[in-house]
Amino acid sequence: MGTIKNTQAVNTARFAEAKDTSVRGRAYRLWQQLSMALVLLILCIIMAIFAPHFLEVGNLLNVARQVSINAVLAAGMTFVILTGGIDLSVGSALAVAGVLAVGLDAIGVPGFFAVLGGIVTGALCGLLNGVLIAKLKLPAFIVTLGALTYLRGLAYVTTGAYPLIKTDLSFGFLGGGSLGPIPMPVIIALIVFIISYIVLTRTTFGRHVYAIGGNEQAARLSGIRVDWNILWVYTISGICAGIAGIIFSARLLSAQPTGGQGYELDAIAAVILGGTSFVGGVGSIVGTLIGVLIIGILNDGLVLMNVPFFYQQIIKGAVIVIAVLIDRFRAGRAIA
Amino acid sequence: MDESSKESLPEHRVPGNVNLRMEHISKRFPGVKALQDMHLEIREGEIHALVGENGAGKSTLMKILAGVYRPDSGTIELSGKSVVIDNPNKARALGISIIHQELNLSPNLTVAENIFMGREPHSPLGWIDFRHMNQETQEVLAQIGATFSPSTRVGRLSIAQQQLVEISRALSENARIVVMDEPTASLTGRETKKLFDIMRTLKSRGITIIYISHRMAEIYELADRATVLRDGQYVTTMERADITDSKLIQSMVGREINELYEHAAVKIGDTVLEVRNLSDREYIQGTNLLLRRGEIVGLAGLIGAGRTELARLIFGADRHISGEIRVDGKSVTIHSTIDAIRAGIGLVPESRKEQGLFLELAVQENIAMNTLSKMTTGGLLNMGRIHHIAQEQVDNLGIRLASLKQKVLNLSGGNQQKVVLARWLTIKPKILLLDEPTRGVDVGAKAEIYRIMSKLAHSGVAILMISSELPEVLGMSDRILVMHEGRIAAELPGRTTTQEEIMTHAAGLAVH
Repeated sequence: MGTIKNTQAVNTARFAEAKDTSVRGRAYRLWQQLSMALVLLILCIIMAIFAPHFLEVGNLLNVARQVSINAVLAAGMTFVILTGGIDLSVGSALAVAGVLAVGLDAIGVPGFFAVLGGIVTGALCGLLNGVLIAKLKLPAFIVTLGALTYLRGLAYVTTGAYPLIKTDLSFGFLGGGSLGPIPMPVIIALIVFIISYIVLTRTTFGRHVYAIGGNEQAARLSGIRVDWNILWVYTISGICAGIAGIIFSARLLSAQPTGGQGYELDAIAAVILGGTSFVGGVGSIVGTLIGVLIIGILNDGLVLMNVPFFYQQIIKGAVIVIAVLIDRFRAGRAIA
Repeated sequence: MDESSKESLPEHRVPGNVNLRMEHISKRFPGVKALQDMHLEIREGEIHALVGENGAGKSTLMKILAGVYRPDSGTIELSGKSVVIDNPNKARALGISIIHQELNLSPNLTVAENIFMGREPHSPLGWIDFRHMNQETQEVLAQIGATFSPSTRVGRLSIAQQQLVEISRALSENARIVVMDEPTASLTGRETKKLFDIMRTLKSRGITIIYISHRMAEIYELADRATVLRDGQYVTTMERADITDSKLIQSMVGREINELYEHAAVKIGDTVLEVRNLSDREYIQGTNLLLRRGEIVGLAGLIGAGRTELARLIFGADRHISGEIRVDGKSVTIHSTIDAIRAGIGLVPESRKEQGLFLELAVQENIAMNTLSKMTTGGLLNMGRIHHIAQEQVDNLGIRLASLKQKVLNLSGGNQQKVVLARWLTIKPKILLLDEPTRGVDVGAKAEIYRIMSKLAHSGVAILMISSELPEVLGMSDRILVMHEGRIAAELPGRTTTQEEIMTHAAGLAVH
């Protein structure tokens, strides 16, 4: 079938980059990997200069705490996007998982099981998406868009649309506690990232995720269980949403049916900022971490600089587009 | 080749006749010299073949001509005037049109829309003037004898017809020089013939054609002259009368390839694969097939005869609805590729980029992908073992690369093909189904792939080779099966068969 001209241009760019094994070429590729880290660094420098108190330890820990929920969601999202899919339902799954965990706590279930219940709820939400996408071959965008809506509805129905406040929440320390100076949410997010990193780089499943995203046909012909892997990828995203839901509830000591609204977009933005290709097959969890930090620091810095909320939105959105634009521009330069 | 030196050039020059002259063209990409002091002379109204191995610089040279790349140095003269072609539109304005191997068409738009893309005629009100567009398209289509309508969606056309759309686009842009990059790579014999007729028509109307091809037979048939490139440098230009198989290959490879098809008959053992009465819903009807240890069986037939479908069926990539597959005398259930792999069957698919490779992943991962789950310690991948297994295959197959960790994307076609092959060798297959194993690889790599196939057969692997290149089928096969309309139409001995015999059966013309 005929291809569109863009493909040609992309192939050309690839070709130009292709044969390059010289020192210069290697340096170039390294720079390509590090470019978003550089954006992050520049952002930090700007904030350090213009935003009061930005570099203080207290503020940095605060940033870390604030990004932890998005970090956990984005880690799961990385798996999904690496296969070429998308999960729009994580914000709603977060709410449902949080509501269930707090609810279990409220009826006297021990903290450990309440937390487990929340995570399993997230996993089940993801599993359902996975079954519909992998087995019934429905488009991921539509399946998870549906889930975004019905899971939110479920959260409202189970709480009667009122927040369920529980000041003596048994797992409250997961949100408010800290290990030494480091807040618990940050520790949880770090653990999620380390596990994700190991799974993506060092396990058969992880490499199969890359293989499927890179070339699904070839993966199938290589005897990779494509359906099974995709099903797992959405389940993992659900598990991450569950964990995020726990952190969210623990921080607010309550279950919020409105919680996590729009969080899926921040998670997707972080993954894309981190250099993961929207069509799958290319990307890394380290990149996602950088993406999460870029968004987090931007949020924090704009508040510190007293930028009005609506302007924050404009700036945040623009930075995301510009960052990706720079990335694309740089890739395009290989042709000239 | 010593005549490649510049002294021999003047005798080729027929003053006033040269239409295009590219001189001292050099182009480097970061770290690699794609072209070095290359030159090319094209006469008005000739069909000029551009020949060379993959990576020789043919495409780069043509992309410079088409304004896709800018050369680092060198000059281009068109009809005696020096020109600078710094973008594709400039090339088009100068009457240079390039038809890429992968066609640049939008399948969801009509033929006319594709032909006029970017220069749609407008009515005074600013609407697109579809009537005018379709009318002009109709005229151009008629010129080359295309019978489909301007309002057909391109996605509904065959590859051959899509090519005609590209040619029509070139014509409607008043192209004087048309570059065609391997136009016959995915055409059937009959379609190729028709394309050649069209090319001759264009030539008779004074249009110059630069023609890139790997197929020797086509070059003899078509080309007035041929220029050979090697490693980004000019080697020689031959007149039609001087073009011979050995001369071409020798100047392309820079050495002599004595025996392209290197396959000594081996002792053929017991039956490993037996397919009985296999059918699917569409293409394959009650096919029977037998493969024995150490045997290379060629599977010939026209495109659409069901060869690929049969291989996919045996491999479990598609489901069969009836029939039986026996491996080593035992009936096996193959419902998925996983089942097939477990039974010791491997499939090297026909298009390595679309179906075979993970272009963005490292060579070592591509090689190890089928057996990753066996290379773990405590749940984690053992990188040392992956490296080791990949290295073994790389040495074994002579894959040329800078590092096992480099992306497969960066390898040449021949080496990419070997990587796909290597992946299948890691499962230690008993049966290998090779679908067009040498498509789009250069002569040197071809010879190596044949050598690998022979070696595998020697070690007892049974090979089913689907191929549309008859010399290859004749040269490599111990037995030849010919498919026609979803059935095995004939079984012929290797070696002693002729191309005509195969074609008779493939076309369904044999008298039974």
